[in-house]
Amino acid sequence: MSASPIATTRTTAGMPTGRLAVWWVIASEIVIFGGLLGSYIMFRLSHDAFAEHAAHTNTWIGAINTLVLLTSSLFAVLGHKAADAGDGPKAAKFLYLTALGGVIFAGIKFGYEWPHEIALGYTISSNTFWSFYYTAAGIHAAHVVAGVIIMLIIAPRAKRNFDLHRVELIGLYWHFVDVVWIFLFPLLYIAK
Amino acid sequence: MSHDDHAHALGHPSSEPGYEEHTHHGNYVKIWAILVVLLVVSVAGPFLEIQVVTLITAFGIAVVKAYLVVKNFMHINVAPRYVGYLIATTLMFMLLFFAGAAPDVMKSTGTNWKKPAWVAAHEAALHDDGGAAGHGDAAHH
Amino acid sequence: MATAPVSHPDPHGHGHHQPGFVEKYLWSTDHKMIAMQYMFTGMAMALIGGFFAYTFRMQIAFPGVDVPGFGLVAANEYNQLITSHGAIMIFWVAMPVLIAAFGNFLIPLMIGCDDMVFPKLNRLSYQIFLLSVVVLIASFFVTGGAFAGAWTMYPPLSTKAEYGLAPLGATLFVVAVALEFVAFLMGGINFVTTAMNSRAPGMRMYDIPIVIWMIVVASILFMASVGPLIAGAIMMLFDQNLGTAFFNPDKGGDPILWQHLFWFFGHPEVYVVLLPAVGIVAEIITVMSRKKMFAYRTVLYTTFGTGVLSFMVWAHHQFIAGIDPRMANIFTITTLLISIPIAEMMFVFIATLYGGSITLNTPMLWALSFIATFLIGGVTGIFLGASGADIYLHDTYFVLAHFHYTFFPIAIIGTFAGVTFWFPKMFGRMMNETLGKIHFWGTIIAFNCIFIPLFVLGAAGQHRRIFDYSMFPQLMRPELRHIDQFATVSLLLMLSFQVVFLYNFAHSLFRGPKAPKNPWDSNTLEWTADSPPPHGNWPVLPTVYRGPYEYSTPGRDKDFWPQDEQH
Repeated sequence: MSASPIATTRTTAGMPTGRLAVWWVIASEIVIFGGLLGSYIMFRLSHDAFAEHAAHTNTWIGAINTLVLLTSSLFAVLGHKAADAGDGPKAAKFLYLTALGGVIFAGIKFGYEWPHEIALGYTISSNTFWSFYYTAAGIHAAHVVAGVIIMLIIAPRAKRNFDLHRVELIGLYWHFVDVVWIFLFPLLYIAK
Repeated sequence: MSHDDHAHALGHPSSEPGYEEHTHHGNYVKIWAILVVLLVVSVAGPFLEIQVVTLITAFGIAVVKAYLVVKNFMHINVAPRYVGYLIATTLMFMLLFFAGAAPDVMKSTGTNWKKPAWVAAHEAALHDDGGAAGHGDAAHH
Repeated sequence: MATAPVSHPDPHGHGHHQPGFVEKYLWSTDHKMIAMQYMFTGMAMALIGGFFAYTFRMQIAFPGVDVPGFGLVAANEYNQLITSHGAIMIFWVAMPVLIAAFGNFLIPLMIGCDDMVFPKLNRLSYQIFLLSVVVLIASFFVTGGAFAGAWTMYPPLSTKAEYGLAPLGATLFVVAVALEFVAFLMGGINFVTTAMNSRAPGMRMYDIPIVIWMIVVASILFMASVGPLIAGAIMMLFDQNLGTAFFNPDKGGDPILWQHLFWFFGHPEVYVVLLPAVGIVAEIITVMSRKKMFAYRTVLYTTFGTGVLSFMVWAHHQFIAGIDPRMANIFTITTLLISIPIAEMMFVFIATLYGGSITLNTPMLWALSFIATFLIGGVTGIFLGASGADIYLHDTYFVLAHFHYTFFPIAIIGTFAGVTFWFPKMFGRMMNETLGKIHFWGTIIAFNCIFIPLFVLGAAGQHRRIFDYSMFPQLMRPELRHIDQFATVSLLLMLSFQVVFLYNFAHSLFRGPKAPKNPWDSNTLEWTADSPPPHGNWPVLPTVYRGPYEYSTPGRDKDFWPQDEQH
C-alpha cells in the first residue's frame, strides 16, 4: 500500500502498528463489557429472583453457541497460521469458515433463541434480568456481526495475498469476542 | 539527559523489519479440544446441583478457557510485556468500578432513599423462607 | 549508520495531482487538516455555547427580560440552555480542540513522522464527530424540544416523561454523546499508536515533549474510562425507548448506578482535558523562560500518577446522592490526594520560571494565567472534595464557580495559549501581539469578575439550576441581586472581548506577517518543518539527538539546541 504514510511502517514500540492498535481496541472494549457485566453482577448478587428468571434461559442453545464460537476461533487462528506462511488462499478459506461460525452463531441467536423466548413472553422489558440478558447478548452479537462483515471484506484480498497481516488482526478481535462470550455463557445461562 | 546518553540510541532506520518475529504456532486443534472438554464440564457441572460445584465449573472454567484463548490463540505471551499490563490494568479498573459502585447499587435502602421494587423483592424472599432467613441471607442465593 | 539521518523519499511529494477544494479541506487525510477541522468545529461550537451562557445569565440577572437575540427565556428553555451549554463546552469544545485538534496537529510534528499511523481512520473519526454535532444541533429543533435534564443526564430526568423528558430530544442527545465517544475512541487509538510506534529515530521515551506525553496519557484515560458510560448510554437509550428499567427503582432498576457509570467516566474526563492543557502550558513556559524544564521525569511520573488516581475519585460528585457514608470517606481521601500531583506540576512550572529570562508575550501571558486561575480552581476543589463541606456547598454557585475555575483555564486559556503559540506553525503567519494582549487582559479580568462573585453567591446559599429567584425571597436580597448582575455584565464584557480575538485570528490568517520556521527559538521538532508544514511535513524525516528542553546550554552560541541538530 504505497498510499500509507511512513509513520505506519515504524515500530518503535516493538510491534506492528496494526496489532498494537487492535490491542488498544480490545482494551477499550474490555471496559465497555466490564461496565455492563459489572452492573449485571451487582444486580444479580442482590436479587434472588434473578436465579428464577435465569432458569428460563436455554443452556443447550448457549452451549451450542459456545461450541460454534470456540470452533470459529480455531479457524481464525489457523487462518493466522496460514497467513504467516504466506498462503493467502488457505488463509482466506479459514476466514470464510470463521465468518460462517459467526453467521451460525447469529443465526441461532436471532433466528431461534430470541424469537422462542419472546414468544414465551420474556422480552427486554419483562424485568431487569431479561433487560440485561438482551442488552449484554445483543451488544456481544453486534460485535459478532461486525466481525463477520470485516472478515468478508478482508478475505477476498487475502486470497490474492494482499494485506495478509489483516488476517491476524481480525483474528485477535475475533478471539476477544470469543472470550467475552466465554464469560457471558456462565453469567447468563449456567448460574441459575 | 546529556548528549552522550543519546549516542547509542541513534539509528534504527524505520524500514528495519525488526518486528517480523514469526509467531510460534502450536497445536491449535489440541487447544480447541481442551476448550471443548472444558465446555462440556461447565455444562455438566450444574447437574450435580451443588452450588459450590456449579460456581467453580461455571466461573473457574470460564477463567481457564479465557486464559487458554488469550495465551494460545491471541499469543499474548509473545507480545511485548506492556500488552499484558494494559489488559491487566483495564481489568483492575473494572474491579475498582465494581468496588466503588457495588456498596450503593447492591443495597435496597440507604440514606434518605429506598428502591421500592428491591425492598418488595427482598420482603417476598424473606416471606418465602418463612421469615427464618435474616436480611443478610437475602443477598446470597 | 549511527550518524546518517534516515532518508525516505516523500511518498506524497511527487506524482501527486493538485488537490481540489473538497479533497484539500473536507476529505483530507492529512493530520494537520483534520486538526484544523476539529479546531474550527470546536470554535464554532464555543460560539454556540457562549451564546447560550449569555442567554441564561441574562435571565438570572434580569428575570423576565426580553434577551436581545433570543427573546423571553421560558423555564424549560432555561433548562435546555444550561444543559446544552455544559454538554457543548465539555464534549464539543474542550474535547475536540484540546485533544483532537492539538493532538492531531502536534503528535506527528513533535515526534517527527509524516502523518498519523491511520490517516483514514483519522478522517473517519472527524466525520463521526461532525455527525455527532449534527445530531446534537438537530436535537434543538425536534418536537418536544432539546434535552433539558442537565449534561450529567441523571435519571429520572433523562428517562421519565413525567419529569419533563423530551422524548426525541433526550434520545438524540444520548446518541450524539455516544457518537462523539466513538469518534474520540478512534482518535485516541490513533494518537496512542502513533506516539508509541512512529517516533523519529533516536527519540527515546524521555525525549518525547511533555505535551505529547500528556495527550497520550489523556487518550489512554479516555479509552479506559469511557467504556462503562458507553454501556450506560446503551442502557439509557433502552430505558428511554424500549421500556427497560435499568435506572428506574420502581421496576427493579437503580438510578445511582447511572451516576456511578457516568462519573466513573466523568471524573477521569476532567483529567482528559486538563492534561493536554497542562502540557501546552508546560511547553510555552519552558520555551519562554529559555530554561531547561525543571524535573521533566518527575512531571512525567506525576502525570501517570494523576492518571491512575483520577480513577479513584469519581464518587465525590455523589456525596449527597445518598451513597454509602463509608465510601464517602474513602473518596474524600482519594480526592484530597489528587491535589498533590497537580500542585506538584504547578510548583514545577514555577521552578522552571525561576531564574529564567522570561519573554512576556501573548502565549506566555496565557500560560501564566493558566497557573493562576487553575490554582483557584484547585484550591476551592479542596472544600468540595471534603464530604462534610460538600454537603453544604453542593449544587450552589460555589460548585459552579469552582468548576468554571478549572474548566475555563483548561478549555479557554489552554486553547488560547496553544493557538497563539502554534499559530505561526499552523498557518505560516504571525498574530498581532498588541491585539493579543488586549484580548488577553480583557478576557482574564472579565473572567475573574464573573466567577469570584459567584463563589460569594454560592457561599451565601444561592442554588444553581433555578430559573427565577423571585420565588425565593431570601435569594432575591438586593445585595445578592447586584452580585448576580455584576457577574452577568462581566460575562457580556468577556464575550465582547472575543471579537478582538476573532478579528486578530482572521486578519492574521490572511494579512499577518509571514512566519519564519522557528519564531520562538524552540527546540522541538515541529519548528524544524516549514511554516505551515507541507503534506508529509518534512522532505526528509528528522532524526533526534537529544531531549526537547535543552535551553541555555553552557558553551553554545545559541540559547537553544533543536532536537534534530547533531552538534
